[in-house]
Amino acid sequence: MSFSVTEPTKGTKWFAGILVIGYACITLVPLLWIIATGFKSPTDSIAYPPVVVFEPTLEGYVNLFTDRTRATPDMLEAAGPAETWYDKITRERGTVISGPSRYGERFLNSVIIGFGSTALCMVLGTMAAYAFSRFKVPLKDDLLFFILSTRMMPPIAVAIPIFLMFRNLGLNDTHLGMILLYTAVNLSLSVWLLKGFIDEIPIEYEEAALIDGYTRFQAFYKVVLPQAATGIASTAIFCLIFAWNEYAFAVLLTSGTAQTAPPFIPTIIGTSGKDWPAVAAGATIFLVPVMVFTILLRKHLLRGITFGAVRK
Amino acid sequence: MTLSPMDTAASKTPESMAKRIRGLSDRTIAWIFVAPTIFLLLAVNIFPLIWTIRLSFTNFRVNRPNNDVEWVGLRNYKRILSDPDVWNTMQATAHFLIWTIALQVLIGFFLAFLINKKFKGNDMWTTIIVFPMMLSPAVVGNFWTFLYQPQIGLFNYVVTFFTGGDPASFSMIGDVHLAPWAIIIADTWMWTPFVMLICLAGLRSIPDSIYEAAECDRASKWRQFWTLTIPMALPFLMLAVLFRGIENFKMFDLVVQLTGGGPGNTTTLTSIDLKREAFEKWRTGYSSAYAVILFVTVFGLASIYVKALNKVKER
Repeated sequence: MSFSVTEPTKGTKWFAGILVIGYACITLVPLLWIIATGFKSPTDSIAYPPVVVFEPTLEGYVNLFTDRTRATPDMLEAAGPAETWYDKITRERGTVISGPSRYGERFLNSVIIGFGSTALCMVLGTMAAYAFSRFKVPLKDDLLFFILSTRMMPPIAVAIPIFLMFRNLGLNDTHLGMILLYTAVNLSLSVWLLKGFIDEIPIEYEEAALIDGYTRFQAFYKVVLPQAATGIASTAIFCLIFAWNEYAFAVLLTSGTAQTAPPFIPTIIGTSGKDWPAVAAGATIFLVPVMVFTILLRKHLLRGITFGAVRK
Repeated sequence: MTLSPMDTAASKTPESMAKRIRGLSDRTIAWIFVAPTIFLLLAVNIFPLIWTIRLSFTNFRVNRPNNDVEWVGLRNYKRILSDPDVWNTMQATAHFLIWTIALQVLIGFFLAFLINKKFKGNDMWTTIIVFPMMLSPAVVGNFWTFLYQPQIGLFNYVVTFFTGGDPASFSMIGDVHLAPWAIIIADTWMWTPFVMLICLAGLRSIPDSIYEAAECDRASKWRQFWTLTIPMALPFLMLAVLFRGIENFKMFDLVVQLTGGGPGNTTTLTSIDLKREAFEKWRTGYSSAYAVILFVTVFGLASIYVKALNKVKER
């Protein structure tokens, strides 16, 4: 074993480890609280002092996905016994399910807009990044800076004209409109990141392909694309996470058909005030994919959030 | 024999198209590849920005499209810059920015410094620490209001448990003095990992050999920290401040869900104020001028800062 003076001592490591783990645990508390609240009954969720040990119930999830109406005891009696488990849960509160809530719809919108904009963004971003990486584009540095600077704009500052423009084009509150918008917002990230990834692929591969008689296009999609696959995948996840989490444009520019989940979750209200278990259930379902992606992404994390300005 | 135009096209197209693509110069291909991106950015970012600037000189209102649009010159700008409420908002934003950046840089750097000690399992714990910043700020902000609720909220419970206050009357987001701190705490929880990651990259970029040399010179650990670690990591720290500064200047989702700008106007940051003017009061011209002022501020501050950053990097 090699000895290095810069290697921290065992004691230092211990000390550092305990502090970091302590911070991580504090960080985790709000997150775990969200997940736990989703499985609490409404009474448990607002109990004082807050309960840590409780009997888990799916009531929050049932409330999240359904609309319910209050029914009088004789109405419930007349309706006969509950047929399904979720019906049973709502009847304990004297309500019957009147239909699905809009959460499913909003969640689906998030999926459509998130994946749609990510796909479009990857196509345009890869092409632009390839061109910036391999060709002499006139005004290259200026164009690259221009692309980056579009990210500095506060969403509200451009929301008004986008709102007017979309209204004239009939794109207001449509999936296509939101896909185009999120694609534009994410393009800066994807061009910068992908350029970094493509820069790292040796140019000799393409030259060899060109000598073999490939055209530029063939060299691009048969040689460069497979080489850049991991980079493209991680860039795609970053774009997806951003589109997934976006709130300002979603709340300002959509009201019904194309509204995504982030503006919807906070509006979930129960019979008496906020239905916190349902809100927590909605948040949990919404957060879990991102947490999974974070674990998958951990190696590329830094590059992604800083546009590749910092290399790890 | 006569061929219909269709047949002519069919027989000619494949070959000549192939020839044309093969014959495309690199320059043309570059343009074909870059053009869609530039076009989309112009359409969705630059065009609206120019439109905003134009609207900022008018008294246009979106909810009254049939009213005559009057050119009012710089009147909107004058009104904004002489409005004490706007200055209060700016002050609230500055307060928010200074504290979040200070806390995040301090805690973030300290964490990075500790993680860099390479203790067992540091990768896993780093990933856990990073979770908050990947989540949706609006959803997270909304849930923090629950944690802050008087009586029922977990945060409230913990604080009153340790301070012995009355849990029913203690409210982070209902108190004029505490509300700004409620958003600072939530923002710090969410974004400290970001600063931590960048600092970590900075610390890892310092070669071990420098420390070995310092060790030979018998420099104390403390001295090594101040004369080696800090200066070497400084460009990264400054980069973190830049990114956080821009992001927090346009902060909207987290705060809107957390406090909605209240109580009173204590947590009304500029972007929230702007949203009210534009989408609640529908004063489009006025809010466009407001947006332009904010945009110029961010851009101005950011470019001055980037110059300073480049100087530090050159050293």
